[in-house]
Amino acid sequence: MRVIVPVLTVLAVIVALWYAACIPMNIKGVLTEAERAGAEVNPPGAKDRRDLGAFGLVLGNSFAIPATWEQDRPRLPAPHQVAEELWNTTVMKKITSKRSLVYHGWVTLSATLLGFAIGTGLGILLAVGIVYSRVMDMSVMPWAIVSQTIPIIALAPMIIVVLYSIGVQGIIPKAVISAYLSFFPVVVGMVKGLRSPDAMQLDLLRTYYASPAQGFWKLRLPSSMPYLFTSLKIGIAASLVGAIVGELPTGAVAGLGARLLAGSYYGQTVQIWSALFAAAILAATLVAILSVIEQRVLKRMGMA
Amino acid sequence: MTLTRYNIATLIAGLLGLAVIFSAGENKLGLATILLCWAILWFANVKLAHSGWKQAKWLAPVLFGATLLLLWELTVAFFDVPLVILPAPSLIAARFVQSTDILWQDFVQTILKGGLSGYIIGCGAAFLTAILVDRFDFLRRGLLPVGNFMAALPIVGTAPILVMWYGFNWQSKAAVVVVMVFFPVLVNTVAGLRETSAMQRDLMSTYAANYWQSFFKLRLPAAMPFIFNGLKIATTLALVGAIVAEFFGSPTVGMGFRISTSVGQLALDMVWAEIVVAALAGSAFYGVVAMAEKAVTFWHPSQREK
Repeated sequence: MRVIVPVLTVLAVIVALWYAACIPMNIKGVLTEAERAGAEVNPPGAKDRRDLGAFGLVLGNSFAIPATWEQDRPRLPAPHQVAEELWNTTVMKKITSKRSLVYHGWVTLSATLLGFAIGTGLGILLAVGIVYSRVMDMSVMPWAIVSQTIPIIALAPMIIVVLYSIGVQGIIPKAVISAYLSFFPVVVGMVKGLRSPDAMQLDLLRTYYASPAQGFWKLRLPSSMPYLFTSLKIGIAASLVGAIVGELPTGAVAGLGARLLAGSYYGQTVQIWSALFAAAILAATLVAILSVIEQRVLKRMGMA
Repeated sequence: MTLTRYNIATLIAGLLGLAVIFSAGENKLGLATILLCWAILWFANVKLAHSGWKQAKWLAPVLFGATLLLLWELTVAFFDVPLVILPAPSLIAARFVQSTDILWQDFVQTILKGGLSGYIIGCGAAFLTAILVDRFDFLRRGLLPVGNFMAALPIVGTAPILVMWYGFNWQSKAAVVVVMVFFPVLVNTVAGLRETSAMQRDLMSTYAANYWQSFFKLRLPAAMPFIFNGLKIATTLALVGAIVAEFFGSPTVGMGFRISTSVGQLALDMVWAEIVVAALAGSAFYGVVAMAEKAVTFWHPSQREK
């Protein structure tokens, strides 16, 4: 209760603000339509209205307010329009349909998951290499850190075109971008995690005459788990962004990124917003699943 | 010297990997040269890393980077990799030098106008909101979970909407950046403002300090490491937002525009030159914020130990 009530209040305020924002955002379009339909608009003529502020128009034409929430192609769709579109394109459509968001979501999700698996796998391997090899630590680690400050996403269009020109298409190019984005957070987090056992613990293993492999499996790997999960959660969000952005520059026909792009080409704002919310729900679900696994694992290991 | 065993293992793994990649090629001499170069330079790096030199700390990564560049150059040269797949580093450097004019214009448009203005507005707004949120416990309990949730979302997706609202020029890019940097900075700042201990706050109240006095003298300085953490995350996000937003429409200048059109023309040397600019801008931006952090939070343990 301590959290739920404030969160719900904040959400209600956001929705209310959203509805309020729809009025000035959409009023001009609504008035133009109303005038064409023969309604009396103040002032008449789209030309005169162009220079007037949106708020002045709202005050002069208060009859048009409900219509701002029902427009066909609004500048800002009202929440219920987005919800309706989401419902229509997920539950009401067959999932094999090209208009189904479940279908598009799956296209993006499959690339995300493949890329995430590759990226984390390689990231963990590199982290192990860095922790156990002084040379790799000194020569590779600085680059891994620097690469986090670089907008790697700028590489996305090129990766796709280059892979296309050597005959690789479909899910792989997007997965490569996803993998690339999730790779570095995992490396950095995992190196920190594998180094987290303190000298006392490492000494203890030495007194047990543990081999390096035993030290890895029984001490370093278990103690890296909290760090691993933190970076996995960052990594999967980054992977999803990578898969979406990977769909932008090629004019992909399927996927959430393709829905965003098609919506922006044809001015289908409701479609953009519903694709955006679908992406948000997907991201939130993925992170939530990882959090649940994290809690389970850490509890089992006695760390949480 | 048990560590050398791992070095030999990584060396062999690297050689094997390269051998597998090139086993299909016909150019045996080129392959041999490349492998030899890799072996020599890696060996030099191993020696350097174990030499105990003070300079090895920055020399080793530089040598590693140079090794990669050299191998890249040699691979392109020996195997006649076409320009549309991978231009040689020398070619990219030449392109960079030739088109500094265009690159500078793109840099100004995307980084300075779009990225930096959005960064300043977004971080400023997040900071003010954080103070408000911190002041009212109800807001903190309500807004913080929402903010945490928003920080994990693919906010880049708002780019088409904001481009539609604010037009193709840099204002829409700045708007995307504002939305992208807002939540990470907000969440970190609010977390930082709660960092002080009850003992410290009690001390302030025994001094009869009012809210703003204890805010500026105790809680804001204590929050600085957290705030800078958020600001550092936001630097990368700002560049990402500014570049990706240009994929949805831009004037005929800008880094995202140049990248997407050059990719379309298969002028990959230009794309790489832009990527070099993005990398330099990203590291420089991060570096400036990190330096500011060092100057402001010199008292914090994480800065002192270095």
